[in-house]
Amino acid sequence: MYKFSFLVNAITGDIMSNKKYDDLVKKHTPKENKLKYAVTAFLVGGFMGLLGEVLIRVYIILFEVSRNDASTYMIITFIFFASLFTALGFFDKLVAKAKAGLLIPITGFAHSMTSSALDYKNEGPIYGVGSNVFKLAGSVIFYGVVSAWFFGLIRYLWEVLL
Amino acid sequence: MYFINSFLFCGIICLIAEIILDNTKLTPGHITAMFVCIGAALDTFSIYDFFIAKVGGGALLPITSFGHSLIHGALISAEANGVVGLLIGIFDLTAAGITAAIIFTFIFTLIFRAKD
Repeated sequence: MYKFSFLVNAITGDIMSNKKYDDLVKKHTPKENKLKYAVTAFLVGGFMGLLGEVLIRVYIILFEVSRNDASTYMIITFIFFASLFTALGFFDKLVAKAKAGLLIPITGFAHSMTSSALDYKNEGPIYGVGSNVFKLAGSVIFYGVVSAWFFGLIRYLWEVLL
Repeated sequence: MYFINSFLFCGIICLIAEIILDNTKLTPGHITAMFVCIGAALDTFSIYDFFIAKVGGGALLPITSFGHSLIHGALISAEANGVVGLLIGIFDLTAAGITAAIIFTFIFTLIFRAKD
């Protein structure tokens, strides 16, 4: 790991031992607080789930629709706000803090689409926005469809054969 | 009870994702793709339907429910149209979400530009 067995301070001439150097590196390496990240993701994700359920209840009362329709409205609401906040520029900061708490709910899907569309906006509407909008969300749709088709076929054959 | 279940279910799924994210080299892209596949797999024998019945909104929000909706639409359509129905109906239930995401992205991309 070390090219030299000790480091010399060019100004004062102090010799720095490997151990001291290690301590210094450790001190300046940002601490990855995994527990804090995990708790944040749990709380933010949980809050999103709670908000989803609250929104469904509100829509059922407000628009007098069935629970199924209210669920669709709820998902569209989340997509709208994730998309808007990404376009306004502060969703990235929230994602950097909450990480999986915002990436795993449907907000992450909308965020990835809007952010890649905005990033490639200056390359034009066709080869910029149009072809890059599904850059990250594309893998979700692609593997989702492949696995849904595959498992759907298994379930279908299961029911036909038995 | 739905409210507490929603909080716990959505929170635990995000917690699992965060633990995978922090302790392996997988990126969020890997994890979301993986979770969609898990959602589809869980619904093969209606396990995810059970979660939605018990949990409510909290189970519809994580990306796993996207996989569930894909396979669910395919199976409903397969009942009516046979094996081709799997291809016809796969986007039936997720169409609203994907279309909304595309439309909103289009509108906001017209209005805003990327901030550096």
